[in-house]
Order: sequence, then C-alpha cells, then structure tokens
Amino acid sequence: MKLPEIPTDPLNHGQQQSQSASLSAQKISVAYGTHLAVNGVDLDAHGGQIGAIIGANGCGKSTFLRALARLVKPQGGTVILNGHDIAKLPTKRVATQLGILPQSPIAPDGITVFDLVSRGRYPYHRFGSHWSRQDQDAVEHALEVTHMSDFADRSVDQLSGGQRQRAWIALTLAQDTDIVLLDEPTTYLDVAYQLEVLDLLADLNAIDGIIIIMVIHDINLAARYADWILAMKDGTCDTFGTPSEVITPDVIRRVFGMDVRIIQDPESKTPMIIADSRHALGPKREILEKEKL
Amino acid sequence: MLFLCLGCVTLVILSLVSVAIGSRTIPLNEVFHAFSDPADSSVSAAAARLRVPRTILGILAGVALAVAGTLMQGMTRNPLADPSILGLNSGAAFAIVVSMAFFGLNTPKQFIWVALIGSAIAALAVWLLGSMGPSGATILKLTLAGAVVTAMLSSLTSAILLPRIQVISTYRFWQVGGLSGARFALMVPVLPMLIGGLTLALLTIPGINALAMGDELAEGLGSRVKFTRGVAWIAAVLLSAGTTSLAGPIGFVGLVVPHAARLLVGSDYRHILAASAVLGPILLLAADIIGRVLTRPSDVEVGIVTAIIGAPFFIILARGRMLRQV
Repeated sequence: MKLPEIPTDPLNHGQQQSQSASLSAQKISVAYGTHLAVNGVDLDAHGGQIGAIIGANGCGKSTFLRALARLVKPQGGTVILNGHDIAKLPTKRVATQLGILPQSPIAPDGITVFDLVSRGRYPYHRFGSHWSRQDQDAVEHALEVTHMSDFADRSVDQLSGGQRQRAWIALTLAQDTDIVLLDEPTTYLDVAYQLEVLDLLADLNAIDGIIIIMVIHDINLAARYADWILAMKDGTCDTFGTPSEVITPDVIRRVFGMDVRIIQDPESKTPMIIADSRHALGPKREILEKEKL
Repeated sequence: MLFLCLGCVTLVILSLVSVAIGSRTIPLNEVFHAFSDPADSSVSAAAARLRVPRTILGILAGVALAVAGTLMQGMTRNPLADPSILGLNSGAAFAIVVSMAFFGLNTPKQFIWVALIGSAIAALAVWLLGSMGPSGATILKLTLAGAVVTAMLSSLTSAILLPRIQVISTYRFWQVGGLSGARFALMVPVLPMLIGGLTLALLTIPGINALAMGDELAEGLGSRVKFTRGVAWIAAVLLSAGTTSLAGPIGFVGLVVPHAARLLVGSDYRHILAASAVLGPILLLAADIIGRVLTRPSDVEVGIVTAIIGAPFFIILARGRMLRQV
C-alpha cells in the first residue's frame, strides 16, 4: 500500500524531542470500589514505536490506558513520563508532553473543524493569553497531516465518521506532544475508515516519530500496525512482545477464550488470526447433510 | 462583534426608555434634569429617581441570571439546565415563608438576607448530596440532588403557606419576582456577590470550553474538571442567590438567554458568555417596560412578562436555525 505524502513538521520539533520521549508504568493497579480493574501491569514505551493493547471486554485495557494518561488515579504503582512521576507533574504540563484521545469525545454543537482542532492548544494557554503564531502553525500542521485542511471551515456535524475521527486526531496532534494515546480509535468506523485512520497514525509515527499507544479490538489490525502488543487478561499482563510473539493460538485462547489458527497476512507479513466458530461453513454443511439423510 | 455592538446600543436605548416610560411618561430631558439638578423636586424628577434604580436592578439581574444560566448549561453540558436546578430559588422561597410565618419578618431589607441564607443553605445541600459517593460530584448526581432538594423544599413551603392566608398574600408578590422594590440602599450589600460571581464566571470560561468536549478529553488537555465545576457552581450560586434576594425568583432568563446566545454566536463559551450578558438585561428590561405599559397605571411583574415575550422570541430563533440546517 502506498503511503500518502505527508508534509514534514514545519516547527521541526517532533523528531528532536521524541528521541528522548518515554512513557513507562511500574506495577499499575487501579480499583473501582472493591473490584481490581488493573492489577500490577508494567509497560515501557520509548523510541518512537507504535504499541497496541488488546484483550477481551472488561479486561482493564481501557482503564490501564487511562491510568497511563493520569485520567484515573492508580491505587498502586507509578507512571513515569519522560523521567518524571506523572502524578507529581502539573496536569497542564503533562498535556504538553502526552495527548490522549478518549473513546467518545463530544463535539460541541455546530463547532467548525478549525475551532475544534484549535482547542487542542488549551494546555499552552493561561487566562487572557492570546492566540500566537505558534498556535496557528500547530493547528494548521495538524489539519494538514490529517488531510483536514480543506474541511477547516466545515461544521463537525457535517463530516463522515472517518473525517470526524481525523478531526479528533488533529485536535490531539495540535497539542503537539511526542506521545499520543488513543482509546479504540477505529471503533464505529467501517473497514475502509479503520485502515485510513491507522495508516494516518503510522505515518505520524514514521515521520514525526510520535510514540503511539492504542487500545484496539481488531487483533489483525493490531498485528499489522503495532511494533509491540500488550495482551491483557483479568486486569493483568498476559503477554507482552512483538506481534509474532503475542499473536499465537495459546495466547489468544487464554486472553479471548477462542480457538484460532494463525496464518501470515499476505499484505504485511504479520501474523493474522483465523477464528473457528461453531457455524463456520464446515460444520454447517455437515448438519445440512445429516438433515438430508 | 457587530452583534455585541448592536446589543449594547439596544441595551442603552432600553435603559433610557425604561427610565422614561411608566404610569407617568417623563420626557428624556426631564430625566437628565432630575439628575443634573438635585434640587428639582417636581413629580417627574421623583419618578425618574425611582425608575433609575429599578432600571439598574433590571440590568444587574439580567446579566447575573443569564451568566448563571450559561455557567449551568456549560458545566452540565445540558442545554436545558438553568440556575433553578441549583435548588436556590426553592431554598430562598422556603426561608422567606418560614421567616414570614414564624418570625414575623416583613421588610424588604430583612427578606434580602433571609433569601440569601436560604439559597446558600439549599445550594450547599445540593452540592453535598450530589458529591456523595466515590466518584464525587457528577452531572447526573448534581441534577438529581437539585431536583430532590427543590421538590422537598417546595412541598414544605406549601405545607407552611396553605393554612396561613395572610402570609400567602404577602408571599405571592415576592414569589412572582419583580423589580419594583428596587432601592440603591438594598442593592449595595448584594453588589459584591454579583461582582464576585461575574469574576469567577470569567475565570472558569476556558475550563468550561474544555469541559464541552467531555470530561475525559478536558482532563487530557490539562483542565482540572472538578475544580472548574466547583468554581462555576460557586459563581452561579453567588449570581442567582444575589438576584433572587433582590428581585425574587425570576425564571426563564437563565434558561433561554444562554440558549439564544448559542444560536446566535456558536459554541465558544467566551462568545456565549458575552452574548448572554448583553441579551439577559435586554430581555429583562424589555419585559419590565412592557409590564409597565400593558396595564397602566399598574404594573405586571417582570417575572410574568419575561416568559410571555421571551418564549415566542425564542421559538422564532430556534425555528430560524432549524430551517437553516435543512
């Protein structure tokens, strides 16, 4: 697949800063009431990689991502952002180093794409401060790399699902951080848009060196786009490694409770799962044939 | 910008009209004379001197209610929120009725303090109820707590009122809400509350803009969501409690003005707040003037008229926008 051409970062800070950007988690535990949603999970992300967190519904993957972004306070463990304990950093300063796109953000009624994206500059503003040249450049750059420049004056309500998701990603990029976390960025999008959004993230990672960590449902897409995968089960880390280390029949059976065969994705040469199901064509044909007899 | 200028001009014209018109119409030059020459003791001068505080109260109440409504709608992300879900009005009403029935209070000055204390206690009760539990103050819990406290206080108020005919007849004038009792001496002690509320409102606007995109995104952008909500709450309480103590519970302005402002200027709360602060007093003054003209020489209280003239205006606005969208 040919990547679209992306203009390079005009402010030219992405590359330089991201060499040293890092996000790590040590023994993170998060409890909701008495229920332990995340239980002692470690992570070490650095050096401009794409990471994917996978797992069954309710395994704590979203909660873990939110803990990485200081949106929930862990009961145990620490998150270290660029060498500092994230809980001790002023929240606005964190927002200049780490951006997060949550699962279902709300677009204010009638807001234009430009206005929405410019709200990503919030952490750079104090009360009464003026819109600077740097703000304008960051927003224009974010619109450009997400291919949303032509829609800048369009109302967000009028966009398609894929365009809307690109607008939200642009908002997160306007924040101008070296680390971007995304909670299920492809959910509710149809297949073509899912690939479009993931290709965009991979471009950003390749060109600006942004560290990307995302929670994602589709195992095959995770394998195709991620440098590393964290498979979670019941709030703990089941397996961590490269896609070929994590996407194995054993791990998938433990984590998702389903039997799969693994083949090689002919497009990307990454592992790809083929799931068994009771009504796959084989058994169905047998049942039909039995009925005929 | 153009809209704000037009609004300000309209407001100035309305203020002049509000001083000039009433059961006795005073030409504007006599109005100016009444203030430039303190010795002027004509009837017109006396009337003008009464109507000026009334007009100023109308402007203050209009700004305060509209800004409080804007904050409520912003912090709850609910376009139907208004200051009444704070439980303030029912708290003030309850306190007034108790003071009339059991303590025999009856002067406007006493009522101001009673209403302030009543609304403060009700607002505190709503906040405490709404922030119980591990997740703290959430929109849903606050709204529910507001509804519960309002329902409870309203039924208690009715229970005290019903057997007391005399209290009812005094209370009903307070309950309608109006500007006719305006005196500078009564406004002065409440003024710091209103100024404080407006200042806090301005300070929370960037946070409210972040909140509009959801709590999580706002927190991700480095906004302190709970802090913003707490400060906006305090600001709305100061503004509406101050207004209610001076003019009684005036409904509708806090609900409809921010809504209309949003239709006119879009989704940025900096613009919505500015537009509300201009539209609020326009609506209130216009309602007060119409109330005075309709049934000359007596008045229809502003609390009644706001809804009568505000509702059709609002429907026209909302319809215009719907048609544009099609």
